[in-house]
Amino acid sequence: MPELSCQDLIRFLDDYVDMTQSDKVRVAFDGHLKNCPNCVAYLKTYRDTISLARGACAEDAAAPPPDDIPEELIQIILKSRPSD
Amino acid sequence: MDGLRSGDRDAFETFVRLFAPRATRIARRILQNEADAADAVQDAFISAMSAIRHFRADCQLTTWFHRVATNAALMKLRSKTRKDIRSIDELLPGFFADGHRIGPKPAWALSPDQILERSERCQIVHKKISELPEDSRNVVLLRDIQQVSTAETARQLGVSESVVKTRLHRARQALRSMFEEEFEVA
Repeated sequence: MPELSCQDLIRFLDDYVDMTQSDKVRVAFDGHLKNCPNCVAYLKTYRDTISLARGACAEDAAAPPPDDIPEELIQIILKSRPSD
Repeated sequence: MDGLRSGDRDAFETFVRLFAPRATRIARRILQNEADAADAVQDAFISAMSAIRHFRADCQLTTWFHRVATNAALMKLRSKTRKDIRSIDELLPGFFADGHRIGPKPAWALSPDQILERSERCQIVHKKISELPEDSRNVVLLRDIQQVSTAETARQLGVSESVVKTRLHRARQALRSMFEEEFEVA
């Protein structure tokens, strides 16, 4: 397989991160990463980006949903039903 | 579902009482303000009802509503901060003719956990996600945040799996650039 450029690596980085590449392509990516600190940094911040988005917005399944929803808010929503 | 689609009042009330707590939890976390969270919860149900006709029976209602509620909260946040949607193209990395990246920077000094442990930094993450174009935001919400499969994401959004993959990669790169503006080593 021909040597990868940084541009090649970043173009298909999602496949590398999501582990959807063939073993052959993965080996080529690993070979490039061994010699390219800039792409190692890009890969780390790409993965950190996914972790940040998930950490900031994922629903906390362990915490029970709040039980202090004001009935007034429920009524406002019910009145806003489009067909009313 | 049929009752919701046909505008049945009782079905709507059941839906609201069942999902309002989850919508409120999402909105409070993102907006950190009770009044804004209440507005976002209302917006979420208005959006949900206008989109329910397009909801596919083979998709998870909870997953679908989580995306609708998160989007409503993020939109409220963006309107409060008066930020515009960012152009994805302007946030993608640039390359020299030989394939090297233009302006490479080191990895960030803080780990994701360290960034998120401070609420003001967590707010920055929410704001940056809110500045993604809607198509990109929806893919990030489903694939990276809810960890829904590419196939399920494609079904929910009514696009092909290859479109989901392309949008996701572009959105991650754009979001990475926005986070880099905030979290890069000084």
